[in-house]
Amino acid sequence: MKVLVLIEHGGGTLKDASLATITAAAQLGQVHAILAGERDEARQAAEACAKVAGVEKVLLAADASYGQMLAENVAALIVPLMAEYDALLCNASSNGKNVAPRVAALLDVMQLSDVIGIEGERRFRRPIYAGNAIATVESTDPKLVITVRGTAFAKAADEGGSASIEEITGPGDQGLSTFVGCEESHSERPDLTSAKIVVSGGRALKDAATFEQVIVPLADKLGAAVGASRAAVDAGYISNDYQVGQTGKIVAPELYIAVGISGAIQHLAGMKEAKTIVAINKDADAPIFQVADIGLVADLFQAVPELTQKL
Amino acid sequence: MKILVPVKRVIDYNVRPRVKPDGSGVDLANVKMSMNPFDEIAVEEAVRLKEKGAATEIIAVSIGPAKASETLRTALAMGADRAILVETKEVVEPLAIAKILKAIFDEEQPGLVLMGKQAIDDDSNQTGQMLAALTSRPQGTFASKVEVEGDAVNVTREVDGGLETVRLQLPAIVTTDLRLNEPRYASLPNIMKAKKKPLETRTPTDFGVDIAPRLKVLKVEEPPVRQAGSVVGSVDELIGKLKDLGVVA
Repeated sequence: MKVLVLIEHGGGTLKDASLATITAAAQLGQVHAILAGERDEARQAAEACAKVAGVEKVLLAADASYGQMLAENVAALIVPLMAEYDALLCNASSNGKNVAPRVAALLDVMQLSDVIGIEGERRFRRPIYAGNAIATVESTDPKLVITVRGTAFAKAADEGGSASIEEITGPGDQGLSTFVGCEESHSERPDLTSAKIVVSGGRALKDAATFEQVIVPLADKLGAAVGASRAAVDAGYISNDYQVGQTGKIVAPELYIAVGISGAIQHLAGMKEAKTIVAINKDADAPIFQVADIGLVADLFQAVPELTQKL
Repeated sequence: MKILVPVKRVIDYNVRPRVKPDGSGVDLANVKMSMNPFDEIAVEEAVRLKEKGAATEIIAVSIGPAKASETLRTALAMGADRAILVETKEVVEPLAIAKILKAIFDEEQPGLVLMGKQAIDDDSNQTGQMLAALTSRPQGTFASKVEVEGDAVNVTREVDGGLETVRLQLPAIVTTDLRLNEPRYASLPNIMKAKKKPLETRTPTDFGVDIAPRLKVLKVEEPPVRQAGSVVGSVDELIGKLKDLGVVA
């Protein structure tokens, strides 16, 4: 099977999730990668991608119209290429989820979202109902379009490969959408989805200022990413891009510290693949303790500062 | 400008889904069903746009069983003007849903389609993007802010790493994320009024769309259960455990 992987990159480097998607692609067959973006950045990322183990060829579409990964333009670039491929794999990220279904519909293919396991050439496992059930599904379409959940696959080695890079040109700007601007959540901390340690806060944190005072110092001490439950996001303590859960980000760090989080099903769906889960909550009956490896029943306003200080 | 709002009837957000013992799916018999929460946000946003004078008519659409008419009545009670039920007993996949919606889009010629970013049953997160593709229109997914400005709409999107704003030429398809708004509760008088609003029933064949599934569900199973660990009595004990596991230095 010939597989095309849509690579996500930034600042000339590949996103970790794309390395995981390459691993998934390699389980299906021969891997080619496509990189789209502004000239210099995309070229640099393509060179990095060519070194990834398992990648046989890198297609580089360097054009300003692909700089912001607008789905209208990127889908129009990918669809004609798919004549040569049996499958398209994207990250199950905000970018991948934006682009892949547009490509799938144009190919008249039913997409497989959030794949966590490959059981055969056309047979995949994916979570449904906020992770409360796992479905095994088989595609009957002639081509596959898949988004891959990065936490379910190991990252491909970023060296050892020697793929060729082929520059391609696409149809460019489709004239349907323009990029206006972005507000990135500036942070010195590691990216939530690839961090080794995540410290998350829940509704019990009271307000935005308290969240900042309690959660952030612990995260900084541990070099951890900050996360939050949907309840904390809904209550306005922190912005939605920090949300961990089925409706937010799916994380699988080495260590996940849940502070003042009760453990709603939808939150658990986002973090239960963590290697070690620590829960700090004053309610001994909170469901989070049913999944935690280490639980501490305590007032978080005392326990967390003490933990931060003693670590 | 007309706004088209597709809504889906799904298991209620607060119900814990149970996998059927035979592994054929999730048990939906005698389970509370409601409007998909993301779609509720889409209906609310459409109603707000109409209240602001940016829209003239809101058409709610649902593709599903006869009981999906209840979901449409909810949309009508929230402020939609009329509804279309495309009735089928079959489970319809996002691609076929998008094809039916495309046919309705062509008939109704809406300026904007507002819909949930994903349904909380199959969690596909595809239908809006697919509809945008099939209609050759722009898409604004995961919206946390929607501002109609002349012949365009500015959509602020919730993306990994922050927020991003795109400007889309109308007609456009916008999918809603959680923080866009807080949906209203329908008042009793509005629920009564909604019963009199027009609800038209059609079928997938009316639109010539083949709804045969492309994906075969081979089995559905419970996820692996994570075992609870131990409870420690103090912060010192917690730090000791973390050091034993080697996760902190």
